[in-house]
Amino acid sequence: MITQYENVIIKTICRLLIPFIQLYAIYVLMHGHYSPGGGFQGGVMMGASFILLVMAYGLDEARRRISVKALTIYACLGLFIYSGIGAIALLMGGNYLDYGKLPLPLSSIPKIRAMGILGIEIGVFLGVMAIMIFIFLAIASYDTGGKDD
Amino acid sequence: MKIFPFLIVLLTGGLLIYGTKEMPPWGDPNAPASLHVSPRYIEKTVEETATPDMVTSVLADYRGYDTLGETTVIFTAGLSCLLLLRKDRE
Repeated sequence: MITQYENVIIKTICRLLIPFIQLYAIYVLMHGHYSPGGGFQGGVMMGASFILLVMAYGLDEARRRISVKALTIYACLGLFIYSGIGAIALLMGGNYLDYGKLPLPLSSIPKIRAMGILGIEIGVFLGVMAIMIFIFLAIASYDTGGKDD
Repeated sequence: MKIFPFLIVLLTGGLLIYGTKEMPPWGDPNAPASLHVSPRYIEKTVEETATPDMVTSVLADYRGYDTLGETTVIFTAGLSCLLLLRKDRE
């Protein structure tokens, strides 16, 4: 079990850094169309920021901020967004995951495809973020008997 | 008899290295791998998906079904971790 680490420097630095790590993770997600990045990379960064929180402040403090139940919902929601966008394209008369058929009020099909890519990247982001924290919490709370919510 | 497995390893490694001699050089534009679908991705990505980053458009659009599978793999891995590592509450 990871308990709170009594070092004021580490705790202060983490408290200052974590919001910027999360902001950068969202930047990497949203900028995936123009530079290296995307759902997987941004999701791992977002998960790493929460893992940093657990390591600096301990499991008890972290559980007050993130619950395993919410993480389960995020993980399922991520996959649901991805396959749901594919299914919407199917319902609108295209192939599965054919983003050009999505009902979006945009001027041209390439722009709609770009939005479809962003949509599934958001799904990947949520799923990867939740699973990263999930695996870390499962391993970190193993010896406590897994009482995690 | 430790010498026999060692000989098999040497033989297999030698065969693999011999096989790489026939491979095209790194980044060769006339290699079979860069003649099939790669030119189409490079030429049509911006036109078809309005995404300047080719990696993203191949990953999420042209090969979207594959990425759906990858996400499912990660999801399944996380669920298995939860099921295996979490003890049942009494």
